[in-house]
Amino acid sequence: MKNAISKKRPYGLFKEIDMNKQIEVIICSGTACYVMGGSELLLLEENLPESWRDRVTISGSPCLGFCRDRQHGKAPFVSVNGTTVPRATIPVILELIGELLEAHDASQ
Amino acid sequence: MHHNNNAALVKRELLIALISAMLDDRLETDIDRIPYEMTSAPDYEPIRCCVQHDRQILKTRLLARLGFSVEDYSDDGTPLAVYAKQALERTGVTGPILTVLDDACNACVKARYLVTNACQGCLARPCMMNCPKKAVRVVDGRAVIDTDLCVSCGICMRECPYHAIIEVPVPCERACPVGAVSKDEQGKERIDYSKCVFCGSCMRECPFGAMMDKSQIIDVLREKKQGKKIAVLFAPAVAGQFRASLGQLFSALGEAGFDAVFEVALGADITAEKEAAEFLERMEAGEPFMTTSCCPAYVETVRKHIPTLAKRVSHTATPMHYTAELAAEECPDHLRVFIGPCLAKRKEGLDDPLVDYVLSVEELGALFVALGIDVSGMEDAPMQRNASASGRGFALAGGVAGAVMAQLPSDSVCTPVLVDGLTSTTIKMLSRWADGAAEGNLVEVMACTGGCIAGPSVIANPKVAAAQLRKGC
Repeated sequence: MKNAISKKRPYGLFKEIDMNKQIEVIICSGTACYVMGGSELLLLEENLPESWRDRVTISGSPCLGFCRDRQHGKAPFVSVNGTTVPRATIPVILELIGELLEAHDASQ
Repeated sequence: MHHNNNAALVKRELLIALISAMLDDRLETDIDRIPYEMTSAPDYEPIRCCVQHDRQILKTRLLARLGFSVEDYSDDGTPLAVYAKQALERTGVTGPILTVLDDACNACVKARYLVTNACQGCLARPCMMNCPKKAVRVVDGRAVIDTDLCVSCGICMRECPYHAIIEVPVPCERACPVGAVSKDEQGKERIDYSKCVFCGSCMRECPFGAMMDKSQIIDVLREKKQGKKIAVLFAPAVAGQFRASLGQLFSALGEAGFDAVFEVALGADITAEKEAAEFLERMEAGEPFMTTSCCPAYVETVRKHIPTLAKRVSHTATPMHYTAELAAEECPDHLRVFIGPCLAKRKEGLDDPLVDYVLSVEELGALFVALGIDVSGMEDAPMQRNASASGRGFALAGGVAGAVMAQLPSDSVCTPVLVDGLTSTTIKMLSRWADGAAEGNLVEVMACTGGCIAGPSVIANPKVAAAQLRKGC
């Protein structure tokens, strides 16, 4: 099962990385996530504050495989810089992005 | 309005568990465990007083998922397995298509008016003085409404100089565009089926998930297990419900075990063509306008509430019906199962002898999840035949009139007007049009604002679904 997950894992990770982008958000758009309300998350982009836009990349992905292991929690899932967020909602993801950007700025 | 709503998610979780058990032939042995499994996580937080109460309510919810009415149900200790067995042995489905979970209504507001902290306990006391039922008293310097006496007239709210009394709406009653939902003597919500138009608004808006549709998924799976062949007819709106192409959706439906797959957009093309011809005939005969007829909640609204408008409603059959004719011709030995985002189609399916069962998009999504099918990961199969872009656009508000217009000769005089959503206001407007003229001569009416993609049992956000749907058009 683990292999199956890595095979289907994010095209996103193989894309050329834009150095200005500090946060990569991958929204699972697999059927299990969609059925549990995951389509709402695709509206994340329009909820992103203007000043964050050039620092965050958002992409949708076919099933990331998190739903196959209960350990990950419940759908819908979003991956933020490699961290899996279960039961994701737009407010939760926005808060996490905010924290990561703050941490990034502090480390500069 | 569409909500990302936890009550809907609970329903889908139940469906997934129920379908998984059914697929593995362990429905009777495992169904009683489902309410426990859903509430046994260490971090589970009860919604009601305690986890036992939550399980009790989940048990009743499962009865509706099995296709039973629950109004007269009281738990006498009979395990769900007994009901599951009944569901597995029944033949065919019956109305009504909705059922109310009374235990969920218990948690809802009793009286519609509430005195807030802004009450100053004034000397004038207009709330108390003007209450026709003497339901307002002043206790410890503050007005209190006796909920047993209050008849929710609202006079106290209007009289209060401090605006201290507020109206607390009963969401299902407020959502109903035709006044079909009201409390009975015991304070339980009841649906008056002489008024109900099956729009599904109450189901979408109830914050406790008390208004439930009755599933037919067990019946479809039972037929399949008994070896029947099934032709599935999916509504145009379904194409927007998954992040996948139409070809991928076809593959997924085949993978799920359906023996033949028809897109209802094919029937929509037939509807548009016939409706265009009917429109020209009616205009030549001097009629002021014609309305579309594919939205079953609208047609039911005319039948029950605006009978004088019936003469202006197109006689053309719905895309579901024409697609069912097509399926009956091509696969005469198959059962015909319609899948859509619409509650009223369940009623239309019960009334149409060509349609055996109607499933919701929620049930289809749950079936995919139970089978481990990821639609977005399926092969993009080439389509054997294609419906037109305008047939596929029927699911978007304005799409039906657009499709009819596309079939008209270029010199026809057609002024389309869209009634986007049935509310008490738009119903009044339609009544005014009934005996005179409308704002245009081709009136498209959609019960759900935005069209079928905003239907009561969709799984995708309507905005996201619309974007997905347009890709396939």
